[in-house]
Amino acid sequence: MLVRLHKNKNAQIVLGLLFGIAFGFLLQKGGVTDYNVIIGQLLLTDFTVLKVMLSAVIVGMIGFHLLKYFGHVQSHAAEGSIGSNVIGGLIFGVGFAFLGYCPGTVAGAVGTGALDALLGGMVGLLIGAGFFAEVYPQLKNRILVWGKFPAVTVPEFLKLNLWIVIILMEMVMIGFLVVLEHFGL
Amino acid sequence: MFEYFTQELWSPYVAGAGVGVLSCLAFLLSDRPIGCSSAFVKARGMIGKAIDPARMKTKEYYREIVPQVDWAFMIIPGIVIGAFISAFISGSFHILWVPSTWGSIFGYDPILRIAVALTGGILLGFGSRWAGGCTSGHGINGSIQLSLASIITACCFFAGGIATAVLLYRVIGA
Repeated sequence: MLVRLHKNKNAQIVLGLLFGIAFGFLLQKGGVTDYNVIIGQLLLTDFTVLKVMLSAVIVGMIGFHLLKYFGHVQSHAAEGSIGSNVIGGLIFGVGFAFLGYCPGTVAGAVGTGALDALLGGMVGLLIGAGFFAEVYPQLKNRILVWGKFPAVTVPEFLKLNLWIVIILMEMVMIGFLVVLEHFGL
Repeated sequence: MFEYFTQELWSPYVAGAGVGVLSCLAFLLSDRPIGCSSAFVKARGMIGKAIDPARMKTKEYYREIVPQVDWAFMIIPGIVIGAFISAFISGSFHILWVPSTWGSIFGYDPILRIAVALTGGILLGFGSRWAGGCTSGHGINGSIQLSLASIITACCFFAGGIATAVLLYRVIGA
């Protein structure tokens, strides 16, 4: 692994900016910085968001695990829980639908000139994050660790070989996209 | 070649595959998943430090997500710039107060739209930190790593989002 680069703080600040620029560019080109596209996904009338996300996962899953096999990257997957991931995920989902952007696409929407993303979304995210910091000590050893999941990764959970799980998941994701195209969605 | 970059939109499969490659590069060069929600904690912490530094020192969460300019913070200004470049060179940059899907059902009053967006933003900021990540951190980069928690979280993002959007548009707005 490129440990010296990982530990170079100034290089990482520059890299963070460059990754952000490339990510924002791709999100905008993919159409997912548009409120209408995201709300269309949540109303199940426009599947652009899932197409972008699943394409990213299809490519990234193979790439990440090949890099990991050859020792160039390490896993950051962490243990989760019902209290943290399910409850937090559902709160996020309600906010996602009211705002019509997520924390990354809201920044992309600001770049395209959307003022509801700037004055509503970005300001709201700062307030919400600050509110979470206030209540974090009360949640930390209670609801956030309630109902811990029995495994960190899907192969561990299914007790299957990693590569078999990767092949199965790739087939399911590609199959889903083929079905979407078949029905013209 | 340059004409491709000035196209208004790319195929979502091409843009998505590009995000997949970018995610792998982030793991390789920066040893981290591309996530967007911790930047808002850092920004909030820095604002708090500027106003009342003594009070911020007592907040446990800011010792875990340190308010400083680093990789995780820079991703957000980067996204704003990248999306602006993409929109600007394709001529699709324009100032917008109320998106058309919202306006056609709930009207074009910017105050109502900003108020609802602000409510959504607060829930999004709160929920993303509760769940420990967002659509990018969990949805894309956690799924890439086959993280069970991330895949479950991503399903909950959409379950909550679909239920709320249907309630807004098909029940309240119907």
